[in-house]
Amino acid sequence: MTSGEKRMSYLRVVALVAAKDLKTELRSREQAVSMFFFALLVLVVFNFAFDFTVIDFVTLGPGVLWVAFIFSGVLALNHSFQIEREQDRIHGILMAPIDRSAFYLGKVAATVLFMSAVEAVLVPVSVLMFNYQLTARVGLATLVLILNTVGFAAVGTLFAAMTTQTRRSEMLLPLLLFPAVVPIALAAVKTTSHVLAGRPFDRYSSWLGMTASYDAIFLGAAVLLFDYVLEES
Amino acid sequence: MPARGSAARLLEGLLLIAVALLVPLCLYVVFAIVPTEEKMGIVQRIFYFHVPSAFAAFLGVGLCALFSTLYLWRRERRYDRMAHASAELGVLFCTIVLITGPIWARPVWGVWWTGEVRLTSTLILWLIYVGYLLLRENALNRDQAARWAAVVGIIGAMDMPIIYKSVEWWRGLHPKVLRISGGGGLEPTMEKGLMLCTATFLLLFAYLLIQRSRLGRLQDEIEALTHAARSVAAPGAAPAPNGARP
Repeated sequence: MTSGEKRMSYLRVVALVAAKDLKTELRSREQAVSMFFFALLVLVVFNFAFDFTVIDFVTLGPGVLWVAFIFSGVLALNHSFQIEREQDRIHGILMAPIDRSAFYLGKVAATVLFMSAVEAVLVPVSVLMFNYQLTARVGLATLVLILNTVGFAAVGTLFAAMTTQTRRSEMLLPLLLFPAVVPIALAAVKTTSHVLAGRPFDRYSSWLGMTASYDAIFLGAAVLLFDYVLEES
Repeated sequence: MPARGSAARLLEGLLLIAVALLVPLCLYVVFAIVPTEEKMGIVQRIFYFHVPSAFAAFLGVGLCALFSTLYLWRRERRYDRMAHASAELGVLFCTIVLITGPIWARPVWGVWWTGEVRLTSTLILWLIYVGYLLLRENALNRDQAARWAAVVGIIGAMDMPIIYKSVEWWRGLHPKVLRISGGGGLEPTMEKGLMLCTATFLLLFAYLLIQRSRLGRLQDEIEALTHAARSVAAPGAAPAPNGARP
Protein backbone atom coordinates (compact mmCIF):
# COMPACT_ATOMS: atom_id res chain seq x y z
CA MET A 1 0.00 0.00 0.00
CA THR A 2 2.82 2.36 0.88
CA SER A 3 4.47 1.78 -2.48
CA GLY A 4 1.13 2.46 -4.12
CA GLU A 5 0.81 5.71 -2.20
CA LYS A 6 4.37 6.63 -3.12
CA ARG A 7 3.74 5.98 -6.78
CA MET A 8 0.59 8.07 -6.67
CA SER A 9 2.43 10.97 -5.11
CA TYR A 10 5.20 10.63 -7.69
CA LEU A 11 2.70 10.92 -10.55
CA ARG A 12 1.01 13.73 -8.68
CA VAL A 13 4.26 15.68 -8.55
CA VAL A 14 4.70 15.17 -12.30
CA ALA A 15 1.18 16.46 -12.92
CA LEU A 16 1.62 19.38 -10.51
CA VAL A 17 4.86 20.56 -12.16
CA ALA A 18 3.26 20.38 -15.60
CA ALA A 19 0.12 22.13 -14.32
CA LYS A 20 2.23 24.87 -12.75
CA ASP A 21 3.90 25.58 -16.12
CA LEU A 22 0.56 25.52 -17.92
CA LYS A 23 -0.97 27.90 -15.40
CA THR A 24 1.96 30.31 -15.69
CA GLU A 25 1.60 30.18 -19.45
CA LEU A 26 -2.17 30.71 -19.41
CA ARG A 27 -1.65 33.82 -17.29
CA SER A 28 1.26 35.33 -19.19
CA ARG A 29 0.65 33.91 -22.70
CA GLU A 30 4.16 34.89 -23.61
CA GLN A 31 5.55 31.57 -24.73
CA ALA A 32 2.96 29.89 -26.94
CA VAL A 33 2.41 33.08 -28.89
CA SER A 34 6.09 33.64 -29.65
CA MET A 35 6.59 29.92 -30.37
CA PHE A 36 3.70 29.93 -32.81
CA PHE A 37 4.75 33.05 -34.67
CA PHE A 38 8.33 31.89 -34.84
CA ALA A 39 7.25 28.55 -36.32
CA LEU A 40 4.93 30.34 -38.75
CA LEU A 41 7.81 32.55 -39.80
CA VAL A 42 9.91 29.47 -40.56
CA LEU A 43 7.11 28.21 -42.83
CA VAL A 44 6.91 31.58 -44.57
CA VAL A 45 10.67 31.63 -45.14
CA PHE A 46 10.56 28.14 -46.63
CA ASN A 47 7.59 29.19 -48.71
CA PHE A 48 9.94 31.63 -50.42
CA ALA A 49 12.90 29.24 -50.48
CA PHE A 50 11.00 26.43 -52.20
CA ASP A 51 8.31 26.93 -54.80
CA PHE A 52 5.61 24.54 -53.61
CA THR A 53 3.47 25.19 -56.66
CA VAL A 54 6.11 23.23 -58.57
CA ILE A 55 7.44 20.85 -55.91
CA ASP A 56 5.06 18.29 -54.41
CA PHE A 57 4.59 19.14 -50.72
CA VAL A 58 5.14 15.52 -49.69
CA THR A 59 8.77 15.55 -50.90
CA LEU A 60 9.98 18.61 -48.98
CA GLY A 61 7.08 19.62 -46.73
CA PRO A 62 7.68 17.20 -43.84
CA GLY A 63 11.22 18.53 -43.49
CA VAL A 64 9.95 22.11 -43.52
CA LEU A 65 7.32 21.33 -40.87
CA TRP A 66 9.81 19.59 -38.59
CA VAL A 67 12.37 22.37 -38.90
CA ALA A 68 9.63 24.73 -37.73
CA PHE A 69 8.62 22.41 -34.84
CA ILE A 70 12.19 21.76 -33.70
CA PHE A 71 13.23 25.43 -33.84
CA SER A 72 10.18 26.55 -31.88
CA GLY A 73 10.74 23.59 -29.54
CA VAL A 74 14.16 25.02 -28.66
CA LEU A 75 12.39 28.24 -27.66
CA ALA A 76 10.03 26.24 -25.45
CA LEU A 77 12.92 24.37 -23.80
CA ASN A 78 14.89 27.53 -23.09
CA HIS A 79 11.84 29.23 -21.67
CA SER A 80 10.93 26.18 -19.58
CA PHE A 81 13.99 26.59 -17.35
CA GLN A 82 14.43 30.33 -17.65
CA ILE A 83 11.13 30.84 -15.82
CA GLU A 84 12.51 28.68 -13.01
CA ARG A 85 15.53 30.94 -12.68
CA GLU A 86 13.42 34.08 -12.39
CA GLN A 87 13.10 34.95 -8.71
CA ASP A 88 15.06 31.78 -7.94
CA ARG A 89 12.04 29.51 -8.21
CA ILE A 90 14.42 26.66 -8.89
CA HIS A 91 15.61 26.76 -5.27
CA GLY A 92 12.08 26.19 -4.10
CA ILE A 93 11.91 23.14 -6.32
CA LEU A 94 15.31 21.89 -5.14
CA MET A 95 14.34 22.25 -1.48
CA ALA A 96 10.92 20.62 -1.91
CA PRO A 97 10.78 17.01 -0.68
CA ILE A 98 10.08 15.67 -4.15
CA ASP A 99 11.87 13.36 -6.52
CA ARG A 100 13.97 15.37 -8.96
CA SER A 101 13.06 12.96 -11.74
CA ALA A 102 9.37 13.75 -11.13
CA PHE A 103 10.22 17.41 -11.69
CA TYR A 104 12.00 16.39 -14.91
CA LEU A 105 9.01 14.38 -16.16
CA GLY A 106 6.66 17.26 -15.34
CA LYS A 107 8.87 19.60 -17.39
CA VAL A 108 8.89 17.11 -20.28
CA ALA A 109 5.09 16.87 -20.11
CA ALA A 110 4.70 20.66 -20.17
CA THR A 111 7.09 21.01 -23.12
CA VAL A 112 5.30 18.25 -25.03
CA LEU A 113 1.99 20.05 -24.37
CA PHE A 114 3.31 23.41 -25.58
CA MET A 115 4.91 21.92 -28.67
CA SER A 116 1.79 19.88 -29.46
CA ALA A 117 -0.36 22.99 -29.16
CA VAL A 118 1.84 24.79 -31.67
CA GLU A 119 1.84 21.74 -33.95
CA ALA A 120 -1.94 21.44 -33.70
CA VAL A 121 -2.33 24.98 -35.03
CA LEU A 122 0.56 24.95 -37.47
CA VAL A 123 -0.38 21.76 -39.33
CA PRO A 124 -3.81 23.08 -40.44
CA VAL A 125 -2.16 26.42 -41.31
CA SER A 126 0.37 24.57 -43.48
CA VAL A 127 -2.48 22.67 -45.18
CA LEU A 128 -3.94 26.04 -46.18
CA MET A 129 -0.59 27.52 -47.12
CA PHE A 130 0.77 24.65 -49.18
CA ASN A 131 -2.45 23.06 -50.53
CA TYR A 132 -1.95 19.45 -49.53
CA GLN A 133 -4.36 16.78 -48.26
CA LEU A 134 -4.39 15.56 -44.69
CA THR A 135 -7.93 14.23 -44.40
CA ALA A 136 -8.48 10.67 -43.17
CA ARG A 137 -4.91 10.41 -41.85
CA VAL A 138 -5.29 12.72 -38.86
CA GLY A 139 -5.07 9.89 -36.32
CA LEU A 140 -1.80 8.52 -37.68
CA ALA A 141 -0.38 12.00 -38.14
CA THR A 142 -1.17 12.78 -34.50
CA LEU A 143 0.60 9.61 -33.35
CA VAL A 144 3.68 10.51 -35.42
CA LEU A 145 3.72 14.08 -34.10
CA ILE A 146 3.34 13.10 -30.45
CA LEU A 147 5.85 10.22 -30.44
CA ASN A 148 8.55 12.35 -32.05
CA THR A 149 7.78 15.40 -29.92
CA VAL A 150 8.19 13.27 -26.77
CA GLY A 151 11.63 12.10 -27.93
CA PHE A 152 12.72 15.65 -28.71
CA ALA A 153 11.42 16.97 -25.37
CA ALA A 154 12.98 14.07 -23.40
CA VAL A 155 16.56 14.84 -24.45
CA GLY A 156 15.86 18.56 -24.82
CA THR A 157 14.62 18.97 -21.25
CA LEU A 158 17.66 17.14 -19.85
CA PHE A 159 20.05 19.36 -21.83
CA ALA A 160 18.10 22.59 -21.25
CA ALA A 161 18.29 22.02 -17.50
CA MET A 162 22.07 22.33 -17.89
CA THR A 163 22.47 24.95 -20.62
CA THR A 164 20.00 27.42 -19.07
CA GLN A 165 22.27 27.60 -16.03
CA THR A 166 25.02 29.06 -18.23
CA ARG A 167 25.15 32.53 -19.72
CA ARG A 168 25.00 31.28 -23.30
CA SER A 169 21.97 29.05 -23.27
CA GLU A 170 20.50 30.23 -26.58
CA MET A 171 23.65 29.13 -28.37
CA LEU A 172 24.58 26.07 -26.34
CA LEU A 173 21.25 24.26 -26.30
CA PRO A 174 20.86 23.86 -30.09
CA LEU A 175 24.55 23.00 -30.36
CA LEU A 176 24.20 20.11 -27.93
CA LEU A 177 20.67 19.10 -28.78
CA PHE A 178 20.54 19.01 -32.59
CA PRO A 179 23.19 16.33 -33.10
CA ALA A 180 21.70 14.25 -30.29
CA VAL A 181 18.17 14.31 -31.74
CA VAL A 182 19.24 13.39 -35.27
CA PRO A 183 17.39 10.03 -35.02
CA ILE A 184 14.20 11.87 -34.04
CA ALA A 185 14.56 14.40 -36.83
CA LEU A 186 15.10 11.67 -39.43
CA ALA A 187 12.31 9.44 -38.12
CA ALA A 188 9.90 12.37 -37.85
CA VAL A 189 10.49 13.57 -41.40
CA LYS A 190 10.37 10.06 -42.89
CA THR A 191 7.19 8.99 -41.08
CA THR A 192 5.45 12.30 -41.73
CA SER A 193 6.11 12.04 -45.45
CA HIS A 194 4.90 8.42 -45.50
CA VAL A 195 1.71 9.42 -43.68
CA LEU A 196 1.11 12.39 -46.00
CA ALA A 197 1.73 10.25 -49.07
CA GLY A 198 -0.81 7.74 -47.75
CA ARG A 199 1.59 4.80 -47.91
CA PRO A 200 0.76 1.51 -46.14
CA PHE A 201 1.52 1.40 -42.41
CA ASP A 202 4.13 -1.38 -42.62
CA ARG A 203 6.28 0.82 -44.85
CA TYR A 204 7.09 3.06 -41.88
CA SER A 205 6.14 1.03 -38.80
CA SER A 206 9.84 0.32 -38.15
CA TRP A 207 10.52 4.08 -38.03
CA LEU A 208 7.73 4.47 -35.47
CA GLY A 209 9.32 1.61 -33.54
CA MET A 210 12.65 3.43 -33.58
CA THR A 211 11.03 6.62 -32.28
CA ALA A 212 9.23 4.71 -29.53
CA SER A 213 12.48 3.02 -28.45
CA TYR A 214 14.32 6.35 -28.55
CA ASP A 215 11.62 7.87 -26.32
CA ALA A 216 11.80 4.98 -23.85
CA ILE A 217 15.63 4.81 -23.76
CA PHE A 218 16.22 8.52 -23.25
CA LEU A 219 13.30 9.14 -20.89
CA GLY A 220 14.68 6.28 -18.78
CA ALA A 221 18.28 7.50 -18.98
CA ALA A 222 17.26 11.08 -18.17
CA VAL A 223 15.20 9.98 -15.14
CA LEU A 224 18.35 8.26 -13.83
CA LEU A 225 20.71 11.12 -14.71
CA PHE A 226 18.59 14.17 -13.91
CA ASP A 227 19.66 14.21 -10.24
CA TYR A 228 23.22 15.03 -11.31
CA VAL A 229 22.09 17.88 -13.54
CA LEU A 230 20.29 19.93 -10.92
CA GLU A 231 22.39 18.99 -7.94
CA GLU A 232 22.97 21.91 -5.60
CA SER A 233 26.47 23.20 -6.15
CA MET B 1 52.07 7.30 -3.46
CA PRO B 2 55.68 7.79 -4.60
CA ALA B 3 55.90 4.11 -5.61
CA ARG B 4 52.73 4.40 -7.69
CA GLY B 5 53.93 7.65 -9.16
CA SER B 6 57.21 6.14 -10.29
CA ALA B 7 55.42 3.12 -11.81
CA ALA B 8 53.23 5.52 -13.77
CA ARG B 9 56.34 7.44 -14.83
CA LEU B 10 57.97 4.23 -16.04
CA LEU B 11 54.88 3.26 -18.04
CA GLU B 12 54.75 6.73 -19.51
CA GLY B 13 58.42 6.62 -20.48
CA LEU B 14 57.97 3.22 -22.12
CA LEU B 15 54.95 4.50 -24.02
CA LEU B 16 56.89 7.52 -25.22
CA ILE B 17 59.79 5.36 -26.43
CA ALA B 18 57.37 2.94 -28.14
CA VAL B 19 55.53 5.76 -29.91
CA ALA B 20 58.77 7.50 -30.89
CA LEU B 21 60.03 4.27 -32.48
CA LEU B 22 56.74 3.17 -34.01
CA VAL B 23 55.72 6.41 -35.75
CA PRO B 24 58.77 6.52 -38.08
CA LEU B 25 58.42 2.76 -38.61
CA CYS B 26 54.78 3.27 -39.64
CA LEU B 27 55.76 6.01 -42.07
CA TYR B 28 58.40 3.74 -43.59
CA VAL B 29 55.99 0.80 -43.87
CA VAL B 30 53.19 2.92 -45.34
CA PHE B 31 55.31 4.68 -47.93
CA ALA B 32 57.96 2.08 -48.76
CA ILE B 33 56.68 -1.41 -48.02
CA VAL B 34 52.94 -1.84 -48.54
CA PRO B 35 51.98 -2.23 -52.22
CA THR B 36 50.18 0.56 -54.02
CA GLU B 37 46.51 -0.24 -54.42
CA GLU B 38 45.74 -1.25 -58.00
CA LYS B 39 42.73 0.96 -58.73
CA MET B 40 42.95 3.80 -56.25
CA GLY B 41 46.64 4.45 -56.56
CA ILE B 42 48.87 6.31 -54.16
CA VAL B 43 46.05 8.14 -52.33
CA GLN B 44 44.90 4.85 -50.86
CA ARG B 45 47.84 5.06 -48.43
CA ILE B 46 45.98 7.69 -46.42
CA PHE B 47 43.86 4.76 -45.32
CA TYR B 48 46.67 3.74 -42.91
CA PHE B 49 46.12 7.00 -41.03
CA HIS B 50 42.39 7.34 -41.56
CA VAL B 51 41.25 3.98 -40.18
CA PRO B 52 43.54 3.94 -37.09
CA SER B 53 42.34 7.49 -36.28
CA ALA B 54 38.76 6.24 -36.46
CA PHE B 55 39.59 3.45 -34.00
CA ALA B 56 41.24 5.98 -31.67
CA ALA B 57 38.21 8.30 -31.95
CA PHE B 58 35.79 5.53 -31.03
CA LEU B 59 38.06 4.48 -28.17
CA GLY B 60 37.95 8.08 -26.94
CA VAL B 61 34.15 8.15 -27.00
CA GLY B 62 33.89 4.76 -25.28
CA LEU B 63 36.39 5.70 -22.57
CA CYS B 64 34.62 9.02 -22.06
CA ALA B 65 31.34 7.20 -21.37
CA LEU B 66 33.11 4.70 -19.09
CA PHE B 67 34.90 7.34 -17.02
CA SER B 68 31.77 9.53 -16.95
CA THR B 69 29.83 6.64 -15.41
CA LEU B 70 32.65 6.00 -12.93
CA TYR B 71 32.69 9.70 -12.02
CA LEU B 72 28.96 9.88 -11.32
CA TRP B 73 29.22 6.69 -9.30
CA ARG B 74 32.38 7.33 -7.26
CA ARG B 75 32.65 11.12 -7.49
CA GLU B 76 36.42 11.08 -7.72
CA ARG B 77 37.96 13.98 -9.60
CA ARG B 78 40.44 11.75 -11.43
CA TYR B 79 37.65 9.96 -13.31
CA ASP B 80 36.38 13.30 -14.56
CA ARG B 81 39.87 14.26 -15.71
CA MET B 82 40.10 10.97 -17.61
CA ALA B 83 36.65 11.48 -19.17
CA HIS B 84 37.57 15.01 -20.23
CA ALA B 85 40.89 13.86 -21.69
CA SER B 86 39.18 10.97 -23.55
CA ALA B 87 36.56 13.29 -25.05
CA GLU B 88 39.20 15.77 -26.15
CA LEU B 89 41.27 13.04 -27.80
CA GLY B 90 38.10 11.62 -29.34
CA VAL B 91 37.42 15.00 -30.95
CA LEU B 92 41.06 15.29 -32.05
CA PHE B 93 41.16 11.89 -33.77
CA CYS B 94 37.66 12.36 -35.16
CA THR B 95 38.88 15.61 -36.73
CA ILE B 96 41.73 13.68 -38.37
CA VAL B 97 39.18 11.15 -39.67
CA LEU B 98 37.00 13.94 -41.10
CA ILE B 99 39.99 15.61 -42.79
CA THR B 100 41.66 12.51 -44.22
CA GLY B 101 38.36 11.01 -45.43
CA PRO B 102 37.51 13.69 -48.03
CA ILE B 103 41.15 13.87 -49.22
CA TRP B 104 40.82 10.18 -50.07
CA ALA B 105 37.24 10.42 -51.32
CA ARG B 106 37.80 13.20 -53.85
CA PRO B 107 40.05 11.26 -56.27
CA VAL B 108 38.45 7.87 -55.58
CA TRP B 109 34.74 8.66 -55.41
CA GLY B 110 34.92 11.91 -57.36
CA VAL B 111 33.31 13.86 -54.51
CA TRP B 112 34.63 15.37 -51.28
CA TRP B 113 31.60 14.33 -49.32
CA THR B 114 28.55 12.09 -49.67
CA GLY B 115 25.60 11.33 -47.44
CA GLU B 116 26.98 7.84 -46.80
CA VAL B 117 26.10 6.47 -43.38
CA ARG B 118 29.58 6.18 -41.91
CA LEU B 119 30.53 9.71 -42.99
CA THR B 120 27.34 11.26 -41.72
CA SER B 121 27.37 9.51 -38.37
CA THR B 122 31.07 10.32 -37.83
CA LEU B 123 30.27 13.99 -38.45
CA ILE B 124 27.40 13.86 -35.94
CA LEU B 125 29.62 12.09 -33.42
CA TRP B 126 32.17 14.88 -33.83
CA LEU B 127 29.46 17.54 -33.34
CA ILE B 128 28.18 15.88 -30.14
CA TYR B 129 31.62 15.85 -28.55
CA VAL B 130 32.43 19.38 -29.68
CA GLY B 131 29.19 20.29 -27.84
CA TYR B 132 30.47 18.29 -24.84
CA LEU B 133 33.66 20.38 -24.73
CA LEU B 134 31.74 23.66 -25.18
CA LEU B 135 29.36 22.78 -22.35
CA ARG B 136 32.34 22.15 -20.08
CA GLU B 137 33.78 25.55 -21.00
CA ASN B 138 30.52 27.27 -20.14
CA ALA B 139 29.81 25.61 -16.81
CA LEU B 140 30.01 27.92 -13.82
CA ASN B 141 32.46 25.79 -11.84
CA ARG B 142 34.52 22.62 -12.02
CA ASP B 143 32.04 20.50 -10.12
CA GLN B 144 29.19 21.52 -12.41
CA ALA B 145 31.34 20.99 -15.51
CA ALA B 146 32.22 17.49 -14.32
CA ARG B 147 28.62 16.45 -13.57
CA TRP B 148 27.15 17.92 -16.76
CA ALA B 149 29.90 16.57 -18.97
CA ALA B 150 29.39 13.11 -17.48
CA VAL B 151 25.68 13.26 -18.34
CA VAL B 152 26.39 14.35 -21.93
CA GLY B 153 29.19 11.78 -22.27
CA ILE B 154 26.83 8.96 -21.28
CA ILE B 155 23.90 10.21 -23.40
CA GLY B 156 26.19 10.76 -26.41
CA ALA B 157 27.58 7.23 -26.30
CA MET B 158 24.07 5.77 -25.93
CA ASP B 159 22.91 7.85 -28.87
CA MET B 160 25.61 6.73 -31.30
CA PRO B 161 24.21 3.31 -32.31
CA ILE B 162 20.73 4.83 -32.75
CA ILE B 163 22.13 7.65 -34.87
CA TYR B 164 24.05 5.16 -37.01
CA LYS B 165 20.95 3.01 -37.49
CA SER B 166 18.70 5.97 -38.30
CA VAL B 167 21.12 7.40 -40.88
CA GLU B 168 21.45 3.93 -42.42
CA TRP B 169 17.65 3.60 -42.70
CA TRP B 170 17.38 7.13 -44.00
CA ARG B 171 19.73 6.32 -46.86
CA GLY B 172 17.51 3.33 -47.55
CA LEU B 173 18.37 1.72 -50.87
CA HIS B 174 21.58 3.62 -51.55
CA PRO B 175 24.37 1.14 -52.20
CA LYS B 176 27.34 0.91 -49.91
CA VAL B 177 29.85 3.00 -51.84
CA LEU B 178 32.78 0.95 -50.70
CA ARG B 179 33.68 -1.31 -47.86
CA ILE B 180 36.95 -0.17 -46.46
CA SER B 181 36.92 -1.77 -43.02
CA GLY B 182 36.79 -5.39 -42.07
CA GLY B 183 40.11 -6.36 -43.61
CA GLY B 184 38.51 -9.39 -45.25
CA GLY B 185 39.49 -8.51 -48.80
CA LEU B 186 42.74 -6.89 -47.79
CA GLU B 187 46.05 -7.99 -49.21
CA PRO B 188 48.18 -9.56 -46.38
CA THR B 189 50.93 -6.90 -46.41
CA MET B 190 48.30 -4.18 -46.35
CA GLU B 191 46.54 -5.86 -43.46
CA LYS B 192 49.78 -6.10 -41.47
CA GLY B 193 50.53 -2.46 -42.24
CA LEU B 194 47.07 -1.47 -41.04
CA MET B 195 47.49 -3.46 -37.83
CA LEU B 196 50.87 -1.83 -37.16
CA CYS B 197 49.44 1.65 -37.74
CA THR B 198 46.42 0.93 -35.56
CA ALA B 199 48.64 -0.29 -32.72
CA THR B 200 50.78 2.84 -33.06
CA PHE B 201 47.78 5.17 -33.00
CA LEU B 202 46.32 3.43 -29.94
CA LEU B 203 49.65 3.70 -28.10
CA LEU B 204 49.82 7.37 -29.08
CA PHE B 205 46.27 7.74 -27.77
CA ALA B 206 47.29 6.14 -24.45
CA TYR B 207 50.33 8.42 -24.15
CA LEU B 208 48.31 11.56 -24.90
CA LEU B 209 45.58 10.43 -22.49
CA ILE B 210 48.11 10.17 -19.65
CA GLN B 211 49.60 13.56 -20.53
CA ARG B 212 46.23 15.29 -20.82
CA SER B 213 44.85 13.92 -17.56
CA ARG B 214 48.06 14.90 -15.77
CA LEU B 215 47.64 18.41 -17.16
CA GLY B 216 44.09 18.38 -15.76
CA ARG B 217 45.40 17.34 -12.35
CA LEU B 218 47.95 20.17 -12.39
CA GLN B 219 45.20 22.64 -13.31
CA ASP B 220 43.14 21.38 -10.37
CA GLU B 221 46.13 21.77 -8.05
CA ILE B 222 46.82 25.30 -9.26
CA GLU B 223 43.20 26.21 -8.69
CA ALA B 224 43.28 24.81 -5.16
CA LEU B 225 46.57 26.61 -4.39
CA THR B 226 45.32 29.91 -5.81
CA HIS B 227 42.24 29.62 -3.67
CA ALA B 228 44.29 28.80 -0.58
CA ALA B 229 46.59 31.78 -1.23
CA ARG B 230 43.60 34.08 -1.65
CA SER B 231 41.97 32.94 1.55
CA VAL B 232 45.26 33.52 3.43
CA ALA B 233 45.57 37.01 1.95
CA ALA B 234 41.95 37.97 2.63
CA PRO B 235 40.28 35.54 5.03
CA GLY B 236 36.57 35.15 4.42
CA ALA B 237 36.67 37.27 1.28
CA ALA B 238 37.05 34.46 -1.22
CA PRO B 239 34.15 32.03 -1.36
CA ALA B 240 35.30 28.44 -1.77
CA PRO B 241 35.32 27.47 -5.44
CA ASN B 242 33.09 24.47 -5.74
CA GLY B 243 34.81 21.21 -6.33
CA ALA B 244 38.25 22.70 -5.80
CA ARG B 245 38.27 21.46 -2.23
CA PRO B 246 40.64 18.56 -1.70
